[in-house]
Amino acid sequence: MSIGDAGSEITRRAAEASNGAPAPSNHVGRAMRRKEDPRLITGKASYVDDINLTGQLWAAWVRSPEAHAKIVSIDTSAAKAIQGVRAVYTHEDLDMEAGLPMAWAPPGVDVNTPDHWVLAKDAVKHVGDPVALVVGDDRYGVVDAAEAVMVEYDPLPVVTDPEKALEDGSPLVHEQFGTNKVCDWSLGGGDLEAGFAEADVIIERRVVNHRIAGGAIEPRGVLAEYRGDRLTVWSSTQVPHFLRLFLSILLGVTEERVRVIAPEVGGGFGSKLNIYAEEIGCAWASRKLGRPVKWIETRSEGLMVTHHGRDQIDYVKVGAKRDGTLTAWHSKIIADIGAYQLLLTPLIPPLSGFVMCGVYKTPAVVTDVTSVHTNKFPTDAIRGAGRPEATHMIEVVMDQLAHELGMDPLELRRKNFIPPFSAGHETPIGVVYDSGNYEAALAKLLEHIDPAQVRQEAEQLREQGIYRGIGFSTYTEICGNAPSRAVGPGGFGLQGGGWESATVRVHATGSVTLYTGTSPHGQGHETGFAQIVADRLGIDPSQVEVIHGDTHTGPFGLDTYGSRSLAVGGEAAALAAGKVAAKAKAIVAHQLEAAAEDIELRDGKFSVRGSPDKGLTLAEVAGAAYVTMDMPEGMEPGLDEQSFYDPENFVFPFGAHACVVDVDPETGKVKVVRWVAVDDCGPAINPMLIDGQVHGGIVHGIGQALYERVHYDDAGQLVTGTFVDYALATAAELPSFETDRTETPSPVNSLAVKGVGEAGTIAATPAVTNAVIDALRPLGVEFINMPLTPMRVWEAIQEAKGGVPA
Amino acid sequence: MSKTVPVTLNVNGVEHHLEVEPRLLLVHALRDNLGLTGTHVGCDTSNCGACTIHMDGRAVKSCTVLAVQADGVALTTIEGLASENELHPLQEAFWNDHGLQCGYCTPGMIMAAAGLLAENPNPTEDEVRHGLEGNLCRCTGYHNIVKAVLDAAKAKGAAVGAPASGQPGVTA
Amino acid sequence: MIPAEFDYTAPETLDDAIKALADGGEDAKLLAGGHSLLPLMKLRLAAPSLLVDLRKVPGLHGIQREDGNWRIGALTPHAELEHTPDLGVVSLTAGTIADPQVRNRGTIGGSLAHGDPASDLPAVMLICEASVTLQGAGGQQRSVSANDLFQDYLETAVEPTEVLTEIRMPAYDGWGFAYQKFNRRSEDWAMVAVSALVKKNGDTIEDARIGLTNMASVPLRAHAVEEALRGQPGTADSIARAAEQAAEGTDPPADLNASSDYKRHLARVMCRRALEEAAGLP
Repeated sequence: MSIGDAGSEITRRAAEASNGAPAPSNHVGRAMRRKEDPRLITGKASYVDDINLTGQLWAAWVRSPEAHAKIVSIDTSAAKAIQGVRAVYTHEDLDMEAGLPMAWAPPGVDVNTPDHWVLAKDAVKHVGDPVALVVGDDRYGVVDAAEAVMVEYDPLPVVTDPEKALEDGSPLVHEQFGTNKVCDWSLGGGDLEAGFAEADVIIERRVVNHRIAGGAIEPRGVLAEYRGDRLTVWSSTQVPHFLRLFLSILLGVTEERVRVIAPEVGGGFGSKLNIYAEEIGCAWASRKLGRPVKWIETRSEGLMVTHHGRDQIDYVKVGAKRDGTLTAWHSKIIADIGAYQLLLTPLIPPLSGFVMCGVYKTPAVVTDVTSVHTNKFPTDAIRGAGRPEATHMIEVVMDQLAHELGMDPLELRRKNFIPPFSAGHETPIGVVYDSGNYEAALAKLLEHIDPAQVRQEAEQLREQGIYRGIGFSTYTEICGNAPSRAVGPGGFGLQGGGWESATVRVHATGSVTLYTGTSPHGQGHETGFAQIVADRLGIDPSQVEVIHGDTHTGPFGLDTYGSRSLAVGGEAAALAAGKVAAKAKAIVAHQLEAAAEDIELRDGKFSVRGSPDKGLTLAEVAGAAYVTMDMPEGMEPGLDEQSFYDPENFVFPFGAHACVVDVDPETGKVKVVRWVAVDDCGPAINPMLIDGQVHGGIVHGIGQALYERVHYDDAGQLVTGTFVDYALATAAELPSFETDRTETPSPVNSLAVKGVGEAGTIAATPAVTNAVIDALRPLGVEFINMPLTPMRVWEAIQEAKGGVPA
Repeated sequence: MSKTVPVTLNVNGVEHHLEVEPRLLLVHALRDNLGLTGTHVGCDTSNCGACTIHMDGRAVKSCTVLAVQADGVALTTIEGLASENELHPLQEAFWNDHGLQCGYCTPGMIMAAAGLLAENPNPTEDEVRHGLEGNLCRCTGYHNIVKAVLDAAKAKGAAVGAPASGQPGVTA
Repeated sequence: MIPAEFDYTAPETLDDAIKALADGGEDAKLLAGGHSLLPLMKLRLAAPSLLVDLRKVPGLHGIQREDGNWRIGALTPHAELEHTPDLGVVSLTAGTIADPQVRNRGTIGGSLAHGDPASDLPAVMLICEASVTLQGAGGQQRSVSANDLFQDYLETAVEPTEVLTEIRMPAYDGWGFAYQKFNRRSEDWAMVAVSALVKKNGDTIEDARIGLTNMASVPLRAHAVEEALRGQPGTADSIARAAEQAAEGTDPPADLNASSDYKRHLARVMCRRALEEAAGLP
C-alpha cells in the first residue's frame, strides 16, 4: 500500500464513522486537572537521579576537547590510581560488535553511515566525543578521575559549514566515504518545469534554519543494574521499548531478560528519543563490574552530546501567477547532520518533504534533500522534526511572495488554501491529508485579532520610535506515526511502521489499570487516557490508573514522539476499553437475559436499552467475571483486554497563528507582545492539556526565532555550551497567549483526534519572522533569517538604510 | 578526598548532623545525603532555578551554595512547603491551572514563587514574570505558571507566603 | 558539574580570616555569597586550594547612612540594596542583577572583589565615586577608590591577603539617576549597560556621571560625555549630542551575540536613554 492508497480507506472509515452514533461521553472533552500532579507539586516524584541502588557506582565520561583529531594515546594510569575508582575503560576494552544504532534511513538511496562506537575508536569527530569511561564509588570522585585521564590528540582539519563540506577539497569527517555527503533524497509530484513556465512571478530565497537543542530541564540520566543474568535499566528516555530492543541486541542479552524503565521523565522534546552511548555504556559496565552503574548528565554535557535539531540551509524557489495562484514550489535542503548518525538522523530532513505542500493546492512540489557530515554532534528529532523546517520555509516565503505580488499575505493564503475536506485530500506528492478546514481556522483567528487595528497601532507607535509588526502562519503537519502499511517495507519503504498497544485490566473490584505502550514525559497521558477509558467503561477517571514506561508491565509499545501518543496510543486504549465493554455487555446480557446488542452503557451502568434502572456497574461485571462466574456458557473468566492499533493513515493537525512584535530599531531588540493561536487537533479530550501543549510549543518556536542557537565556531568548538549562552526564554521575555480551537474530526481513528505536541513549535518560527519583517518594512528590510538576535536585526536595519553597520 | 567538616542542616524543621566534603553542594546534600529528592538540578550555571529552596525564608539556588554555607540556617524545601494533609496555595494553584507538565522545574518554580509572594503578596503579571526570571521551564511556556501564581496570590492574599506548617524558614 | 577539592575554614573573626587567607597561600580564596566564585569552580575554571568563608565574621553586613554618606557592609546581598530605594542608582542597579535568587545570595563585596567588567555594580561604584575599605594582616586598613580598584579583567587592587570589608560612598540626594541595561534575557549579564547620575540646576546640567558596563576589560566612566554635558541645558538635543561620545576610549570585547561595533553603538544609545531618564526628560 502506498501513502496514496490510504485515501480510499479513509473515505470508507469516514463514512462508517458518520453513520454510527457518538460514543457515550462524560469525561472526554472536560478540562480535568491532572492525575499526575500531586506527586509532582510535592516533590514526591521519582526521576532517574532520585533512584539509588545498593552498591551503586558512578560513571563519568572523558570527552574530546577537539572537534576532529586522531587519538595518539590514552593514559589511564593516574585515574586508575585514584581511590575509589573501579575501572577506566577505553575503546579497546569494549567487547561489543556494534555501536550506536541508526535504525531509520530514507529508503531507496545509499546512505553513507559511519560506525559510531560507544567509545571513540582511533579518532574523535566532534567535541564531546567520548574517549574513556570512568566508573567509581563516588559521584564527585569520578569527575576528578575523568580529569586525570591523559589523552594525546593529533588534530585534523575541521569542517563546520555544510556547504563548504560539500566542496571539493574540504576536510573529510569520514575519510572512507571520500565525501562528506551522506545522501541525496527527493520527494515530489507534479510538473515542476511546467509550473515555473506558467508562473508570472518567481522568487527565490535562502532560508536558514539554525541548529537548536531540546532543552528538557531534566538532563539525561541512566542507572543500569546487571544482576544474575538480567539487566534492568532506568533511563530518562522517551523510548524505553526501543532502548530495551537495542540493548538486547547490542549486549547479547535476550529481550525477556532486559527491563527498561522510564521513570518520571523531565521533558524530552525529541532529545530523549534516542539510543545513547551513555545508556549502552552504563549497561555494559554494570555487567562488567557486577554493580549498578549510574550516570547523570550535566547541562554542559547535555548541550554537547544530547542530539541537536534543525540545522539546514534551504534554497526555496516559488512560482505564482499574478493573481497569487501558486504554480510550482521547489525546495533544496542542505542538512547539516553532524559527525555521526543516531537513531533517526538521516530520516529527519526528508520528513520536511512530506508536508512541503503545506495547506496549499500547489500543483507541483519537489523537495531535494542533501545531508552532510560536519564535525558537530549529530542532529535528530527535536520537537517537530522536519515539519518546523518545512513550515518555516513555506510560511516565510509565502509572505515574501505576497509582498512581491503586492498582495495581502492572508489573501494570498486564502487564494491557495486547499478547500475544506473531511475524508482525505491527496497532495501532488502522494501524501493524503486526513481532514482539514484551513479557511475556518484562519477565520477564527481573525475573530480574535484584527490585522488592520494592529497596523494602525503600528503607525502610532512608530512616532514613539517603536516598530510594531504582525506575522502569520497557517500550517498543517503530519503526525500519528505511523501507519505501517503506508510507510513500512510494503509502502514508502521505511524499515517499519508505528502501531501502538494498550491493555485494559479491570480488577475484581472494578477499578482499572491501563497499560500503554506510549511513554509520556509531561504530556498528561495518565489523565487524558484515563478520561478516554473511563467513558468507555462507565467509571470515573480517578478509578483508572495509567501505567507506562516499563517494558516489564505492559505489552511491547513504540513509545512517545512525533505527537503520536493520543492518535495512536489513545486510540489503542479506546479500542482495548471497547473490547472490555463488549465483554461486559455480553455478561450483562447473560445476567439480564437480554441480547448483547440491546445493552448500553448509561450513567455508569450497563443496562438494557429502555430500562436504565436495571443494570450492572463495571464493578459488578468484574465480580461476575472474576468471582461468581455468572457468565455466558463457554466464556473465559476475566475482564482484561488488549489492543494493537495500527492506523490507516497519518493525521494532519493544522491551524493559524498570529504574532505581534515590537522592535526597537535603535538596538534591534525584538519583543513578542501578543500571540493568538487557533489550532485544530480534532475534538478535544482535555482542552486544558491541549492549551498547555500549544503554549509550550509556541515558546519553543519563539525561542528558536529569537533566543536559542547551538553555535560551533570554525574550529568546531561549541560556543553555546551552557544555559548562560544557550538562551532559553524566561517568563520575563514572554507574553501570555490567546488560544482557541476549531475541531475538525479526523476520519482516521474512532476518537477523531489528531496530535498537538508539536503544533505550536511548527507554527511559531515563521509567525515571528514574518512579524519582524513586517515591523521593519518601513525601514526597508525585506528579509532576514533566524535567529533574530538584536545584533542581527540591527545589522539588517543598517544594511537596509544603505549604510554600513557603524 | 579533602578533609570532611561537620555541618548541621536544619531542613523543614528537622536538624541533621552531617560530615561532608567542603565542596559538597547544598543541593546534593539535600538529595543524596538526606533523601530530599524534590529539589532538582537542571543546569550547572545557576540559570535554571530547578534547585530553588529557601534559606532563612529567602529563595536561593541550592546548586550555588555549599552545604557548609548552610550550616545552622533554616532551610525549606518543596517537601516542607505543605502541611501534612493540605497543599500550599501555590501547589493547589499550579495543579488547578495546569502550571506544570513534566514537573521537573516545578518544585523550584513553586519555591521561587513562594519567595516572590512573601515579598510581594499582590504582584502584577509583569512582576510575576520578572519574579520568576531565574527559573526555566521548557514545557509550559510559562503561561499557566504565571496564571497559577496570580491565582494563588488572589486566593490567599498576603497569607500565601506564610509557612503552611508553622516551621521556620518560609516567610521572609 | 562540581568543584574540585579544596579545604575549608569559617573563622569567627576578621583577623582570623585574614590570617587563614595568608596561611593558605596564593590559591586561598575568600568566600562571601559565592555567586561569582562557585559558578567558576563548578565549571572548574577556578580551583582554589582553600576557601575562607566569611559567613561567621561579624560586622560585615548592613547599610548605614551617616553624615550624607553611605556605608555598605561587604556581605550585604544585592536584594538588600535593591530594597533600599534611598540608595538611588545603586538600588536600581542591584535590582537588575541576574534573578531574585541570585540577588538573595550574591553580595556587593563579592561582586566588586571579583572585578568582572560585565557585572552591574562596578561601573556604578565608579560614578558614585565610592571607595572600598580593605583590611589586611595586623588589622591594617586602607581605602581604595573605585577608580583604582578595578585594574584589569577579573583583577582588582585587593591583595591576596586582604578582605574587602565595606563600601563607602556619598549620598546623591537630589541627583537624577538611571541604569539602562541591555541584554537579551532579563536574567542575562549586560551586553552593555550605562549608569547615569545627573545633577541639575534649574534646566542646566550642573554635573553628570556616566558609567559603562562591559565596554572594556574594566568598568569605565564616559568622561567625554560628562564633560560635554556640564553646564549644558538638560535638553534632548544636548544629551543626544553628548551621548554620541559614549564609546570613546572603550574597547569592548566581541562575542557571539555582539560585535565590538555593535556594543559601541549600544553604548551610545543606552547612554542617551540613561541621561534622558536621569535628567527627567519624558
